[in-house]
Amino acid sequence: MVWTGRAVLPSLLTMSDTTGRRWHDMGGQDAGPVPMDGHDFTLWEKRVDALMVLCGQKGLFTVDGLRRALEDMGEDAFERMSYYERWIAAVNQNLVEAGAYTLEELGERMHEIAARGPTYGEAQADG
Amino acid sequence: MPHDHHDHFHHAGMSPSGHPYRADNDTPLSYWQRMEIAVRELMVEKGHLTPAEIAAQIEAMDARSPANGAAVVARAWTDPAFRARLLKNASEASREMGFDIGPLNLIAVENTADTHNLIVCTLCSCYPRNLLGLPPDWYKTRAYRSRAVREPRAVLREFGLDLPDHVTVRVHDSTADMRYIVLPARPDGTDGMDEAQLAALVTRDSMIGTGLPHRP
Repeated sequence: MVWTGRAVLPSLLTMSDTTGRRWHDMGGQDAGPVPMDGHDFTLWEKRVDALMVLCGQKGLFTVDGLRRALEDMGEDAFERMSYYERWIAAVNQNLVEAGAYTLEELGERMHEIAARGPTYGEAQADG
Repeated sequence: MPHDHHDHFHHAGMSPSGHPYRADNDTPLSYWQRMEIAVRELMVEKGHLTPAEIAAQIEAMDARSPANGAAVVARAWTDPAFRARLLKNASEASREMGFDIGPLNLIAVENTADTHNLIVCTLCSCYPRNLLGLPPDWYKTRAYRSRAVREPRAVLREFGLDLPDHVTVRVHDSTADMRYIVLPARPDGTDGMDEAQLAALVTRDSMIGTGLPHRP
């Protein structure tokens, strides 16, 4: 889709806002200055990214399935959670739906992991 | 340009990309980190993934950087036949140079004297990640996603790029299936330069459209 850089009429924006635009469809809305802070990706974020790519490649879910989960999380999740927090939630939801493991198995494992130690490093199985 | 990551010096306590180092393993364990560990362990135990596959994928992603895109741009600047192939099918042309583009449908859009291109993903965070690596944080923000399509010139000024009025700005909205890369215009005064020298002028932001290549 190509936008030509002309302003969108406010009346059109209002119309689309009341005709079913979902929260993630942000193009053309008002917003503040672009925040320029960046960060280097941490190991856990890189692992989430790798899980997303590999599970997609293995046919366990599609990019559309991921997007559906991300969009259904809603705007509150977008504001409160970091990017890869939302992604691991979406990956997990799709994997549970695909039958890769059960929610019960996930819950038990997360509980077990909490007991391993207070930091990400110490919580690894081999940590 | 403040957002350019091709700095050749590092500040004390800053990473090579100019950001503060973030502790990976010694911050309090979060709920979502626990979920990542659990998902990864379960996927390995159930035989869907191996630790080696995960490590290899992280390594492959880490190896992708704007330098890959810069090499493609420099080739297009020096080889008119390659430039034509790139503009026709950027995925195929990038593969020709040995880059793993995956199933990505990549489209190169060319900046000229009277047209400037800018890429965004208003719906999420689609980015030519197989060529440029992971997107910068600002690319995924509400502010950039919302405003890039409505007031691109104002957004570009925040990036330090003030385009003259006679230059048309074309904004390309990416999707999961269709991703763009900007082919910036070759800077003046680069006639005698070889491909490697030219590639060093090409910044990440110049391939997103929020910046221009360095001048020699």
